[in-house]
Amino acid sequence: MEDNNLDNRLLTVDDLHTSFFTPSGEVKAVNGVCYYVDRGEVVAVVGESGCGKSVTQLSVMKLVQSPPGKITKGHVWFEGRDLLTLKDKEMRQVRGAEISMVFQEPLTSLNPVLKVGTQISEVIMTHSRCSKKEAWEKGTHALEEVGIPDPARRMHNYPFEMSGGMRQRVMIAIAVACDSKLIIADEPTTALDVTTQAQVMELLMSLVQKRGISLIIVTHNLGLVTRYADRIYVMYAGKVVESGTARDIVTYPKHPYTVGLLQSVPKLDERKDTDLIPIQGAPPSLLDLPKTCSFLPRCPYANELCGKLCPPDLREVGDNGHFSACHLDIGEVEE
Amino acid sequence: MSNMINAGVSLLEVKGLKMYFPVRKGVPGKSEACVKAVDGISFNIPAGETFGLVGESGCGKTTVGKCVLRIIRPTDGTVLYNGTDITGMSDRRFSKFRRDLQLIFQDPYGSLDPRQSVSSILREALVSGNKKFSSVEIKERIAELLALVGLDPDIGGRFPHEMSGGQRQRLGIARALACEPKLIVCDEPVSALDVSIQAQIINLFKELQKKLGLTYLFIAHDLAVVRHIADKIGVMYLGHLVEMIDSEELFTNPVHPYTRALLSAVPITSYDVERVRQREVLQGEVPSPINAPSGCPFHPRCKYATGVCSEAVPELCDCGGGHFAACHHPLAGC
Repeated sequence: MEDNNLDNRLLTVDDLHTSFFTPSGEVKAVNGVCYYVDRGEVVAVVGESGCGKSVTQLSVMKLVQSPPGKITKGHVWFEGRDLLTLKDKEMRQVRGAEISMVFQEPLTSLNPVLKVGTQISEVIMTHSRCSKKEAWEKGTHALEEVGIPDPARRMHNYPFEMSGGMRQRVMIAIAVACDSKLIIADEPTTALDVTTQAQVMELLMSLVQKRGISLIIVTHNLGLVTRYADRIYVMYAGKVVESGTARDIVTYPKHPYTVGLLQSVPKLDERKDTDLIPIQGAPPSLLDLPKTCSFLPRCPYANELCGKLCPPDLREVGDNGHFSACHLDIGEVEE
Repeated sequence: MSNMINAGVSLLEVKGLKMYFPVRKGVPGKSEACVKAVDGISFNIPAGETFGLVGESGCGKTTVGKCVLRIIRPTDGTVLYNGTDITGMSDRRFSKFRRDLQLIFQDPYGSLDPRQSVSSILREALVSGNKKFSSVEIKERIAELLALVGLDPDIGGRFPHEMSGGQRQRLGIARALACEPKLIVCDEPVSALDVSIQAQIINLFKELQKKLGLTYLFIAHDLAVVRHIADKIGVMYLGHLVEMIDSEELFTNPVHPYTRALLSAVPITSYDVERVRQREVLQGEVPSPINAPSGCPFHPRCKYATGVCSEAVPELCDCGGGHFAACHHPLAGC
């Protein structure tokens, strides 16, 4: 690892491979992903649908459905332990207590026939020895902390009685109720309206800062990432293609895919008649990935050499730990 | 006939549109209250331009689109297409206009028949169009349409499930274009797509507009997308149009507090701008449209609200240069 400050390291994912074995073949959803998260850090994983960003996080939590999914290779170091070697029972102690997850769609991740309070206190009771009553009180407190008005009454609500933003707050309350060290938020605001999205993100960030929790935001929204993340990993076809600080990635992207992604987002503060530059074509099928760079068929910068070489590895392209998996140096061509 | 565009008249004019849905409770179904989905909206779209309608979910933007297309009949107000009132027209007379007004849906998965092949989907739209085609002409026309939206002509035998999201949306556009429409209502046409594909489709919309002289009513929740494609933007909140502004000015000169809050909630992908930008996080949630607040619909969440805001509904006032805002205390430009 390039960083010497290892004491501060909370999570290290090393060469993770996750595949789904389907009738039509092996789908390599995660294909050698490495990343790390420091304590108190906000890390974003960006990519389009099907790039493996969610499966990576599910693999970290060992929540990949098996069969058809299987973690075939790699290590997930969390506070000195390799989570992938843990037994199911030990893993259950980690989930919810040390690493929690906030999912995209709160309506499907909450149980519709149980009261919100029951669901929160269930998590609390699983991870700390306390009575039902104490758990309920702690739950009420957690709801209060996420800014739900009248928490004592809301504990008795069912998920359908709440609005989308409120439900997502409940999910966050569950995530922070047990003092997790790491929260993985998988598209936490995609299902929400922009103003609610801003509310929920501000809440999440304030909790993270107040308690020194580390946060992984998985999203396709580059704006969100620009606003909140410290470091960014850009994923494409099951691999990290670029990583670095938020400033470097957004301002000085080095990988053609990141460049393309940034150019294709309509910007609010830009002149209107500047045309969007889309990335041509569509992402490759994960069933049979090209032997070369997986972005090659869509890459506007590619030359003959790219077609001959093996898939590029991440290499350092700048200070502050800026890495890019590209044979070319396109930084200067930009803008 | 509607083939001619009257000069000087807006292609679409919406005047005082209201759509109330009754809420029924109990078995006899007595209506007790109503959802004021759209409450008095007026705007017009000159031919060849794009009007963007933005707002959060439940603000009534889709309902406006449906009223314009006469999928539902509005409670009150008129929709003039090319100078002709289409709201009160008989279905029979309206059928001539139907082909001029087309719709593109958000969900390209749900709006295509999974059992029909691509060419059969397009053929159906062509046959129901204005012109009579021979079978050879239909084939030619299908190839033409596919080329127009950037699809491979060999795709004709495929079924929707064999296509990617972007391809499906292109097919949805081709189907809408089959009848040679003048006005297309696009209801969240890119929100289900990934960013890189979204940009392709937005560019396609712009290109088609240039090529075919189309007029769009573009409904979306993403301000950046709407700003990119629309000439003029209407911001909706709880069934009201709160601000109508030139899209170039949207970012620099919004005067309604809601528009401002909406803009500040959208993160910008420019690190140096974004990290220092002032944010206005709105408190609370959008009230229910069943018992909407009195006066200005936005006043309970507005930090500039005063006594008058809860009493009188603000009218849309001209701020100059085609910029309208419905606010008692419009903010100065920033």
